Amino acid sequence: MKRCWIALATLALSVFLAMPAGAIQVTDDQGTVLNLVKPPQRIVSLLPSLTETVCALGQCQRLVGVDRYSNFPESVKKLPQVGGGMDPNIEAIVALRPDLVLAALSSRSAARLVSLGIPVFTLEPKSHADVQRAIRILGQLLQVTDAPKLWQRIDADMNSAAAAVPPALRGQRVYFEVNRGPYGASEGSFIGETLTRLGFANILPASLGPFPRINPELVVRENPDLIMLGEANMQDLAQRPGWRAIRAVRENRLCLFDGSAADILVRPGPRMAEAARLMARCATDKAGAATPAAVRP
Amino acid sequence: MTPRQPVTLILVLGLLACAAITVLGVCIGSAGFENTVGALWLGGADPVMAQQIVWEIRLPRTVGALAAGALLGLAGALAQGLFRNPLADPYLLGSASGASLGVALALASVGGGAGMVGGSMMSEAAAVSVFSSSVWVRLGLTGAAFAGAVGAVLLTLALARGVGNTLRLLLAGVVVGVVLGAITSLVLLFSPDSLQAMQAFLLGSTSFIGWASCGLMLVVWLLCALAAWVLARVLDGLSLGEATAISLGLPIAPLRAALVAVLALATGAAVAQTGLIAFVGLAAPHLVRAMVRVPYRLLIVLASVVGAVLLGAADLLARWAIAPQELPVGVLTAVLGGVYLLWLMHRSGATGSGGRGT
Repeated sequence: MKRCWIALATLALSVFLAMPAGAIQVTDDQGTVLNLVKPPQRIVSLLPSLTETVCALGQCQRLVGVDRYSNFPESVKKLPQVGGGMDPNIEAIVALRPDLVLAALSSRSAARLVSLGIPVFTLEPKSHADVQRAIRILGQLLQVTDAPKLWQRIDADMNSAAAAVPPALRGQRVYFEVNRGPYGASEGSFIGETLTRLGFANILPASLGPFPRINPELVVRENPDLIMLGEANMQDLAQRPGWRAIRAVRENRLCLFDGSAADILVRPGPRMAEAARLMARCATDKAGAATPAAVRP
Repeated sequence: MTPRQPVTLILVLGLLACAAITVLGVCIGSAGFENTVGALWLGGADPVMAQQIVWEIRLPRTVGALAAGALLGLAGALAQGLFRNPLADPYLLGSASGASLGVALALASVGGGAGMVGGSMMSEAAAVSVFSSSVWVRLGLTGAAFAGAVGAVLLTLALARGVGNTLRLLLAGVVVGVVLGAITSLVLLFSPDSLQAMQAFLLGSTSFIGWASCGLMLVVWLLCALAAWVLARVLDGLSLGEATAISLGLPIAPLRAALVAVLALATGAAVAQTGLIAFVGLAAPHLVRAMVRVPYRLLIVLASVVGAVLLGAADLLARWAIAPQELPVGVLTAVLGGVYLLWLMHRSGATGSGGRGT
């Protein structure tokens, strides 16, 4: 029995010693196991939320290229753009000689890049838990030891945003329009999760899927107390058939988010707590029902 | 049996079906089927809300779907007569693609609004939505769609060198449709503000038809039907061959040009309100001809009624199938109509008649 233990210990030790120092092993959303000898130094990110996560981990300097939608923090705007997440320019990526490409699960580029010998790590955050996981995994990948602290901070900020919502507003019914389709954010989306955390009720149940295309009549019927949407959609909101009757429209309780605020809201990344704060602040302001002023970050 | 009787019968049945669709359309919404006329109407939880939903949402939407279907049916009948081609329809001739390019260009030039995803960095004053309910916006979009449709039909005709060769005409129509569709995508690529809204629009949607769109389509249909009724004799003449038509003393060229304009107006009016809705224009005249042989002015009326019933029914299905979510009605008609088209080709291939005179 004792010899058995010694044998095991020897084996474990030899395995440990056989691994190169600083080796990193992580598994991505595709189930691909990535083995890196050292933390990546030249990263191309093809998803804005991943770009923001890398920078939030304090590793912005390791990015050498981003997709055309990555526009935060300010410094990434100076980086070379390599197309969009869905239509990346493979040649431009290869030319940047990255030692890691971060891509969404739905990106078509992964297989092509891997065949060209570039390691690709796919992560597609879709929920709060995913954001936490992305931070943890990217922290491991980039060997940032205090990565868990980043999530703790986001989590705490989200709590304080929720605490800032006046108790009278708890349970108010909200419709969050993502797109003029109309596509809304249901309880099952990360936006819905934030709304729930802030104490609001979503008129779209999770059973419809995260971002369902709904019959616009549903919104009239559900008669939400508060509507959140992009500034560009505001123009004809009251002109939509029947929408004038909605309580939120009648009482002018519309949260309009301009371009950069909208970016914060629709990205499941480290600025999620800021998104929560924007939503909470607007809801609180609108409780006094003033004229609709665009919310800016 | 005199030919009058089946015509009257089809007309009456078609109008009854339209009435039934209207009643059903009032009852089918985000909650699936509900007896709105009874419960919600007389003593529901919130009578004001019920009235809003019925009068401002469901009724204009249902009538709008019927009107758009009528426009497409009329356009299809005209196209098939004008080009003496049973497979001509607003979609296959490229005029629908031209109309949507017109809408896309109009939106891109004023910076049409989209959604939260895809940017909204424009001045509020310029925000014009493809789904707007303002009469002026709708009129402007219809004008743009009309111009696009005229351009596309002329392009198709020029490429096909006239209407003589069926295969050439269809090929030209398909090519024009694809090229204009690609240009539309290109325009939208450079105008991300309009992209999201246009994508939903291009799938074909009746979700946001208000009374302005609805009224506009009804007026345009009335104008087109009147014009077509007056001009239809040239189509009957043409169906006997161009030489015969000329020997009958018909001024072919100007009449044809006028009918192309009517065709483009009907297509443009429908596309500007509802987006791309395929195959209604193709199927409606065929269904009529399968039932009865009539002169063109009657065919135009009957095809309108049948088109209205087709699109009205498709719209009901689109809102009902997965309520409260919606299927894009254009995708639905494309699938159903595509199957019908394949069957039509299969059958005409079997009989070798080229599908004519069904």
